[in-house]
Amino acid sequence: MIRVVLPAHLRGLARISGEVELDLQPPVTQRSVVDALERRYPALTGTIRDHVTQARRPFLRFFACGEDLSHQQPDAPLPDAVISGTEPLLIIGAIAGG
Amino acid sequence: MSEVRVLVGTRKGAFILTSDGKREHWNVSGPHFAGWEIYHLKGSPVNPNRLYASQSSGWFGQVIQRSNDGGKTWETPGGEEMPKPGAPPSGNSNKFVYDTSAATGKPLTTHQWYDGTQHPWEFKRVWHLEPSLTDPDEVYAGVEDAALFRTTDGAHTWQEVAGLRGHGTGPKWQPGAGGMCLHSIILDPKVPKRMFIAISAAGAFRTDDGGATWRPINRGLRSQYIPDPNAEVGHCVHHIAMHPARPGVLFMQKHWDVMSSENAGDSWQEVSGNLPSDFGFVIDVHAHEPETIYVVPIKSDGEHFVPDGKLRVYRSRNGGNEWEALTKGLPQTNCYVNVLRDAMAVDSLDKCGVYSGTTGGQVYASADAGDTWSPIVRDLPTVLSVEVQTLP
Repeated sequence: MIRVVLPAHLRGLARISGEVELDLQPPVTQRSVVDALERRYPALTGTIRDHVTQARRPFLRFFACGEDLSHQQPDAPLPDAVISGTEPLLIIGAIAGG
Repeated sequence: MSEVRVLVGTRKGAFILTSDGKREHWNVSGPHFAGWEIYHLKGSPVNPNRLYASQSSGWFGQVIQRSNDGGKTWETPGGEEMPKPGAPPSGNSNKFVYDTSAATGKPLTTHQWYDGTQHPWEFKRVWHLEPSLTDPDEVYAGVEDAALFRTTDGAHTWQEVAGLRGHGTGPKWQPGAGGMCLHSIILDPKVPKRMFIAISAAGAFRTDDGGATWRPINRGLRSQYIPDPNAEVGHCVHHIAMHPARPGVLFMQKHWDVMSSENAGDSWQEVSGNLPSDFGFVIDVHAHEPETIYVVPIKSDGEHFVPDGKLRVYRSRNGGNEWEALTKGLPQTNCYVNVLRDAMAVDSLDKCGVYSGTTGGQVYASADAGDTWSPIVRDLPTVLSVEVQTLP
């Protein structure tokens, strides 16, 4: 079970409380996680990545296991601890804007 | 008794202010969508409980919200339910994709950038939502980078009205300081296929065929430092307004200059008259007196606050040139707020109510056409837009 933590703004938009749990088939990647999020919560479509280019929005970052995964390829496998559910994948709004 | 519903968009959420027809006591609901920028909210003229809201964020992009109960509850059209297995994602209500199809005849992909080079069109946000006069599911959206979109299915999906960008002058449009935004949309109630829009910093445009073809309507505008005094585009129009009883008469607050047109924008005349400054953002028309117009002069393009520390709404009862300051109930000392381009509206009660929101977070209301004012709220986030619905 993959655990995903979303920023408060997106939890409010999709009416989610707490972590999201996703049951995904391998390979588990940033892309497969966001695909699953958008399928379950269509209101999130376009808010984490661009509708057309599918690029991560500039002020959103992916973290897990104490590492910034934001610049990894979207099809790169996520860490084992995320895949096993030991650690959550954190989708974070970057600290920006002054 | 009639009711008034004031829809307020701010930098950090939406607020809905309601009162009975006396407009003395107000209920305040909000913040809705707390933490998000709400550039604009507006209700359908044919179904006033159908509201649309533009919700956006530098982090999370654009979202369109819709309400069917006057703002008590909201939904993202198409985003409510998980689609069936194998079906495409349905969360397309926030998908604004520029039309580059061959069907437009002239796919347009660049506009002028600050350095004079050509720059790709990049969608940033929806500035203004204008519901149809006849169909609650049809809405126009003015967006940054400047383009016009339309939905006919209640905001589930949006398609660009591509004739505007494709009409020929698009490569000469360039952003103003606030971005290259299409911020004003006026639907003509008497000529169903006629529509007016305005873009900063390109100018005003009109279609007479429902958006298929467009032409600039900027003759008579004078903008300092544009080498060609008769430039077809390049003017920083801040807002335009029209009275529905006289749809051929338009009023404009330009970067500098207040202007009017008697011929649907074919030509413009300056009507700044005795205003203390003719720089400003808002302009609006009295609900029952088509010649009575309102502006809020701002000191200058370098100092975006009211002159002399005084918030004064100016009213002309004869279409401009002769203006009177309306000050009763408005702060007249140490006031340095701005009133942004979509932050003034009028109700249709008798007497006409006038509403104005400031960058300082105040929303002022006048229940007597501007003679006296009082604040409905004083401490909201920066007010980006104000709309009013007069309900039976």
